[in-house]
Amino acid sequence: MSLTARDLGLFAIMGAVLAMVAMFQSPQLAVTILNMSLISAIMALGVNMQWGYAGLFNVGIMGFTAVGGLAVVLIAMPPVPEAWAAGGLGIILGLMLGVATILAAVLVYKRMTPGRLRGLAIFGVLVVGFMITSYVFGPAKQAVQAVDPAATGYLGGAGLPVVLAWPVGAVFAAGVAWLVGKVSLGLRSDYLAIATLGISEIVIAVLKHERWLARGVNNVTGIDRPVARPVELQPVPWVQSLADTLGWSVSQTATVVSGLGYSALFLIVLGILIWLAERALNSPWGRMMRAIRDNEVSARAMGKNVTRRHLMIFVLGSGVCGLAGAMMVSMDGQLTPGSYEPLRFTFLIWVMVIVGGSGNNWGSVLGAFVIWFLWVQVEPAGRWLMEMITSGMDVGSELRRHLLDSAAYMRLLTMGVALLLMLRFAPRGLIPER
Amino acid sequence: MEPLNALVSVTNFMLIPAFAYGSQLALGALGITLIFSILRFAHFAHGDTMALGTAAVIGGTFFLQAQGIGIQPLPTALLALPFGILVMVGYLLAADRLVYRYYRKVKAKPMIFVMASLGVMFVTNGITRLFMGVSETRFEDGQRFIFTVREFRDFTGLAEGMALRSAQAITIITALVVMVILFWFLNRTRAGKSMRAYSDNEDLALLSGINPERVVVITWTITAILLVLAGTLYGLDKGFRPFNYFQLLLPMFAAAILGGLGSPLGAIVGAYVVAFAEMGITFAWRRVLTYLAPEGMEPSSMMQLLPVDYKFAVTFAILVIVLLFRPTGIFKGKVL
Repeated sequence: MSLTARDLGLFAIMGAVLAMVAMFQSPQLAVTILNMSLISAIMALGVNMQWGYAGLFNVGIMGFTAVGGLAVVLIAMPPVPEAWAAGGLGIILGLMLGVATILAAVLVYKRMTPGRLRGLAIFGVLVVGFMITSYVFGPAKQAVQAVDPAATGYLGGAGLPVVLAWPVGAVFAAGVAWLVGKVSLGLRSDYLAIATLGISEIVIAVLKHERWLARGVNNVTGIDRPVARPVELQPVPWVQSLADTLGWSVSQTATVVSGLGYSALFLIVLGILIWLAERALNSPWGRMMRAIRDNEVSARAMGKNVTRRHLMIFVLGSGVCGLAGAMMVSMDGQLTPGSYEPLRFTFLIWVMVIVGGSGNNWGSVLGAFVIWFLWVQVEPAGRWLMEMITSGMDVGSELRRHLLDSAAYMRLLTMGVALLLMLRFAPRGLIPER
Repeated sequence: MEPLNALVSVTNFMLIPAFAYGSQLALGALGITLIFSILRFAHFAHGDTMALGTAAVIGGTFFLQAQGIGIQPLPTALLALPFGILVMVGYLLAADRLVYRYYRKVKAKPMIFVMASLGVMFVTNGITRLFMGVSETRFEDGQRFIFTVREFRDFTGLAEGMALRSAQAITIITALVVMVILFWFLNRTRAGKSMRAYSDNEDLALLSGINPERVVVITWTITAILLVLAGTLYGLDKGFRPFNYFQLLLPMFAAAILGGLGSPLGAIVGAYVVAFAEMGITFAWRRVLTYLAPEGMEPSSMMQLLPVDYKFAVTFAILVIVLLFRPTGIFKGKVL
């Protein structure tokens, strides 16, 4: 837990900047930035475990966060009894048959002697299994999706408290990561990158398409929140008196208080994670991981099973990303598969890790704050810049309109330039590894 | 005539589109494999660079259209290709100068290169969107069809029709020509041979007096040509949307890995395998099977193995199978 005076100074500057946002822009915006920064910090922490401790390159962060988000729906939403009655059994049976098919294929692969016959047998098992599965699964799925499609049309969740979904989200993401890691770790390092890129696209495709699971692109909204909503806070006496003291409107105060409630929850989670991560990093286990990262060959010569350790850290890191994904969905109160974009959920997190300082947990946290702040603020700044540039132009001009429209894309450019500059001139980041 | 109708149907809806898509992927995957074998990293900016190249071609096309210059019945975009290529050669060489060269000099790990290509991807993506926005742009002009469904039906008298779109025909022909030229270049010319030597054994190539920077410049130039061609052909065929180009990254990588990273022939074979697998598995076979099945046994369902949204899952499954069983790919790529 060693932070130098310089690091503390950097955090203090970041805090001061956020305070200035609260003063000059609006307190709501500052709280929104703070909360999203905290979530991003947790994602960055997960990626930092993979990249900073072990040198694993994961470009599927979007997929792992989305899986975590799915957990929130499956845990916190009330079950839909009609849908369960219509096709719940068929869906469960179908999923089990699908798993059984894959297990049977693996069994055939392990038991039979290599050769053409084995290939044919595996192919046969898969085709027959696929047909049986879709025979059972297809009608059940249709039946579930037909149940009041405007409001539900899915199986619903378990109706449990929403906070429980956070660890479950982490477990879901870790499970997916285990599958991916099992396949692609131990090969060339680029392969993991490509495999994670693929799995994240598939997770999003599944979320968008399988309406029985989480309503697909129809989105699940109105998920239970762990913190009281602003509307519920407005009539509370102490909120009203606080509004009087501050001189803000009641609705504004309620929004800020509700937001700060999330901040407190997120801070607790982040604090626990950082404490664990720092403990792990400075333990014999952490030293081993760094030894593997810095020189795989000699670590292997020392008898370390590099591939297994890589798998372990990959699963852990992805689990942390899943946790963050679950937290984000429970903050928004909705799961919107259409909003998951790789540039925002995968590559932006990478920029945070690199800018913050790979290998340093505190660096990742700071990087998340700095980059998320820039991400939010560069757009208005870009718009302002474009306004300046185009102010001399004709109001109705096509070029002016185009330039103003494209201001939104300035931030991609800014992020790219920031990443390249850091990588080139300060590859160790804002808070370097020690 | 029933089997014939089935054949026509499958050709029209699956084989021709898959062949065109495979050709576009092949040009992209060739670029990835070349960069991998010469510069030795996975070029993540490939999809977005393709998008930028296509954007340049579209800009050129619109300019030419405004001037009233065209090459009817071919699309004007073909005339704008040299401009797009020139822009992208400049862009990629500038990216190499500003970004990658430094890491070559300090002999950074491959992952650092990948990270840098991520940064380039961000920047390229931003530039493309600055110019083009995110919505779809169509820039196909000229004659849309070589022959239409009706012409084909009238000509053959079959119940099932078939059409050949100009964009598809142009794609397939261009891709084949480019591949032949590329192989001739790699195998017969001095520059091509020096590239292969450098990819094979860097130290030996340096010893025999090959200038590495020159090899790198040639590689980026060829990559730029391939990129712009692939992107433009894809755009002519399916319309231009920047995000689709980013998503091409996965099938292109899958193709390159399936064929064996670093093997140009492998990239081409891999691309066609990926394209046909994607199309075949997400294709609704009902119509075809209705023609083939005996009377009264026509299928009632769509006979579609997976919905079209899952075409990435098909690509990914191919990738997983390759990684599990033959990580070097079909044509023994670089040693792992």
